[in-house]
Amino acid sequence: MTDDASLILMIVLPFAGSLAAIILPTNARNAAAILTGAVAFICLGLAVMFYRSVLDRGVVRSDVEWLPTLGLDFTLRMDGFAWLFAMLISGIGFLVVIYARYYMSPEDPVPRFFSFFLAFMGSMLGVVISGNLILLVVFWELTSIFSFLLIGYWHHNASARDGARMALTITGIGGLGLLAGFLLIGHIVGSYDLDRVLASGDLIRSHDLYVPILVLVLLGAFTKSAQFPFHFWLPNAMAAPTPVSAYLHSATMVKAGVFLLARLWPVLAGTYEWFWIVGFAGMMSFVLGAYFAIFQRDIKGLLAYSTISHLGLITLLLSLGSPLGAVAAIFHMMNHATFKASLFMAAGIIDHETGTRDMQRLGGLFRFMPYTATLAMVASAAMAGVPLLNGFLSKEMFFAEAIETHADSILDTAAPYAAVLGSAFAVAYSARFIHSVFFGLLPADLPREPHEPPFFMRFPIQLLVLACLLVGIVPGLTIGPFLHTAVTSVLGSATPQYSLAIWHGFTIPLFMSVLALAGGAILYLLLKDYLARCEDGPPYFRRLRGQRVFERVLVAVSWRGARFLESHLGTRRLQPQLRLLVVVAFIAAAWPLYRLGFDPGRLTVQGVDVTFAGIWAVGVVCALGAAWQAKFHRLFALVLLGGAGLVTCITFVWFSAPDLALTQLLVEVVTTVLILLGLRWLPKRSADVAPGLATTAAKLRRYRDLGIAVACGTGMTIVAYAVTTRTPPVTIADFFLKKAYSEGGGKNVVNVILVDFRGFDTFGEITVLGIVALTVFALLRRFRPAPDNVESPEQQRVQRAFDEARPDREAGDTVSDYLLIPAVIMQWLFPVIIVFAAYLFMRGHDLPGGGFVAGIALAAAFILQYLAAGTRWVEDRLRVLPVNWIGFGLLLAALVGAASWLFGYPFLTSYSRYVELPLIGSVPAATATLFDLGVFSLVLGATVLMLIALAHQSIRRLRASRTAAQSNEEIA
Amino acid sequence: MELILAIGMGVLTGSGVWLLLRPRTFQVIIGLSLIGYGVNLFIFSMGRLRVNTPPVLQSGAVVNPADYADPIPQALVLTAIVIGFATTALFLVVLLVSRGLTGSDHVDGREPN
Repeated sequence: MTDDASLILMIVLPFAGSLAAIILPTNARNAAAILTGAVAFICLGLAVMFYRSVLDRGVVRSDVEWLPTLGLDFTLRMDGFAWLFAMLISGIGFLVVIYARYYMSPEDPVPRFFSFFLAFMGSMLGVVISGNLILLVVFWELTSIFSFLLIGYWHHNASARDGARMALTITGIGGLGLLAGFLLIGHIVGSYDLDRVLASGDLIRSHDLYVPILVLVLLGAFTKSAQFPFHFWLPNAMAAPTPVSAYLHSATMVKAGVFLLARLWPVLAGTYEWFWIVGFAGMMSFVLGAYFAIFQRDIKGLLAYSTISHLGLITLLLSLGSPLGAVAAIFHMMNHATFKASLFMAAGIIDHETGTRDMQRLGGLFRFMPYTATLAMVASAAMAGVPLLNGFLSKEMFFAEAIETHADSILDTAAPYAAVLGSAFAVAYSARFIHSVFFGLLPADLPREPHEPPFFMRFPIQLLVLACLLVGIVPGLTIGPFLHTAVTSVLGSATPQYSLAIWHGFTIPLFMSVLALAGGAILYLLLKDYLARCEDGPPYFRRLRGQRVFERVLVAVSWRGARFLESHLGTRRLQPQLRLLVVVAFIAAAWPLYRLGFDPGRLTVQGVDVTFAGIWAVGVVCALGAAWQAKFHRLFALVLLGGAGLVTCITFVWFSAPDLALTQLLVEVVTTVLILLGLRWLPKRSADVAPGLATTAAKLRRYRDLGIAVACGTGMTIVAYAVTTRTPPVTIADFFLKKAYSEGGGKNVVNVILVDFRGFDTFGEITVLGIVALTVFALLRRFRPAPDNVESPEQQRVQRAFDEARPDREAGDTVSDYLLIPAVIMQWLFPVIIVFAAYLFMRGHDLPGGGFVAGIALAAAFILQYLAAGTRWVEDRLRVLPVNWIGFGLLLAALVGAASWLFGYPFLTSYSRYVELPLIGSVPAATATLFDLGVFSLVLGATVLMLIALAHQSIRRLRASRTAAQSNEEIA
Repeated sequence: MELILAIGMGVLTGSGVWLLLRPRTFQVIIGLSLIGYGVNLFIFSMGRLRVNTPPVLQSGAVVNPADYADPIPQALVLTAIVIGFATTALFLVVLLVSRGLTGSDHVDGREPN
């Protein structure tokens, strides 16, 4: 397999496995575990096979273009450092899967757990092998999301939900900071490619934006690695199932932050700002985390604070800016992952076998689980930095670095003392964990009788502890070469000389180690009695909890702040909202004109056509009249609206837009019918009901609105005049005009644009139309008229009374008498309009016409039948199935578009030729015509559906009231 | 000619905006339609006003773009007209349903105090 393929496989496989796991049945515990284990094992195998290539070539890349214009490529990149992390993620992932198989209860929906687990693993692998900064952020945020799902896995548990939400909020905000920082880096370097960024360290460090970049990137790294002051989410995340903690909170998720710090170390480190910010956060996390850890009652809480402390140690090492510090940091990342993962698993076993994790309730477990106890003791010793274990080696390197002077300052002077203090705390909490859990008396009230766990639950711990021992005793033979590859890939030519030996002679670091071990032991002995009965949490700091601050801030922002803004800035009334919208739109248009200077052009009245001026005089009167009359004389306003529409239509004809004129005319007809149908359901209002005694406030409101309206109209006039009197620039119109016939096979350029060049837009357009029609239909199914509209209109009542009063007439005769001649004409017109619509459709590609117009024309034919003969008469004789027409149209358009895939062309590529038909002659036959047929069918269906749905309301009401009347009579 | 059309568009838009700010739903629907006319004409006129040059090709062989009006604003406006019809219909139905539910044809669904 090529390196390219295996890199991509390494990302794809976990996500594919995740999808596969989620569809397994809820009780398929073994199947899910085997699947997940297999995926993790294959990833591990892939990583192992990679070592050769990484060693030979340094950096292995796989480039897939994604959005190249934005500098966004799907670049995967493996070097020594990424390799070490990939091994860690897949290796510990595999062990955690084995452990989780025995840890998870059969009652839990285990496949869901493994699905999240795999997705998290894929995201984490993505973070370490991304070769593009933006891609890295994407995977980074994915780890936040999947960690949220994993922490909240037991979602019936409130603390799990809270912990998950807090972790997501904190790390998610950090991820956004990281994105902003990366965008700035991309802005400076001109590329998001990791290799190019890594080569541009000097450029970035000397740039003005260096400090903002540093702060933003550190925000991302510190939140992820739970560094002070963002550390408080990690202890709350302990509500997660223990395998999640063993994986996320020891080896992977929290390591992503320090991974990033080390990854960008050549770019960002070495400055004064870096030293201070990173150093301060690291030192605070290191010392405070260790101090807090001593006073936890929950084993997992102790381990969580210990993790904060150890990550603080790594951060502190990276802050120093010395290559040796970076070596020690990378080494400690590995060591911490091994011993902390095994300790979390041991904590899970204790919880699993005894039913509690409270160290004040536990004790004397050594007798019941000697193997587990021994393993936990070795791992704790590694955590405390006892010689012959891996933790000792990296801590020794840390001491050696702490006494060196890097940047002369208080922080630097304090470093050795803080190092010894923090390490002594680490010894104390490790001793507390071991002593209070495994020694002393066995309490009587344990929820379960403790015993050794199943072999395979212990097996992962055994492996990890073995690794701790091997690395601790013979570092040069085990981790040495791999660490060297990783270090070289980060530091390059700056790689220092270092030695992984256990014995360096009687040096100051050794003295510091001894001091820390002795100090920690004494500290524990002094605190032992206090710890056995104290409250949870460290003295003095118990009340000061980051969690509470976080919750206060969250409540303030998301609840009180939102309420304040809503009550002070919001309104539920539509008019102020619309007014605001209009004013903002006006300002948005006027402001740039004012800023850039605006010349409305010379005013001339030359070339004015008197006829055209007369037409528009009518148009202006119609528009003003409609505005004037819309309140009290709706029908009149509607007629005037139609007048304005007609003038618009004539304007289109006048200025060479026959297609627009046709469409406008037909749409005008249909719109008018539609609004006429709606008029019946509106309340009666006449001018004398509301006398002209408006209040002063109302008058002022009207003047203000008039002012806004006049300003908008004037602005429109000036801008339109200024633009239309200027010579147009060269536009893409030439392209469409030239290619319309040669490539689109049609002479009507507007139609060719719609169905061919911009066919995809049209496809979206008709989809919207279909959705609107269905929405109208759905809304009207639930329509209930207002009480004053339930009765038939007055005119109908008068007519019916007249009909009923005469024995020779039937109900409805009068109205059909009124409409007799128009009705006959309308019925006769039906076939004529059908032919007309077909004609419009056929000629659409070469002459004015097309699917839109033809569809509306045919819809008009249908509605004329309804008008002429009534709803029932038509529906007894015609099968009107508008919903089917909509579906057919959309399907046809999509199929025509998709058909071009069969020939290897992009969606909606059209093909055109002329076909000889008998009798008719040469006929243009473009696939675009078929697409236009889809448009036609959909427009027809949508229009008819809307009109008919509205028309049906009247008869539905009538039918309902008649049934009601009949039943009343029967009762009487 | 440009002046007349510009004034016409201004009046259509102004009347529409006035109605848009009125309290009754029917006024708003008429106002939106008027604004629709104004805006459609505005977009259309961005291709400049030319007489007797519809973008319908005389022959397919040689095309001189200077002989034809700009087809792009026309294509845009054509779809805008149809979508405008759809939104008018939707708004009309929302208006009717709101009137049926609340008994009021005020835009807020209740009569002002």
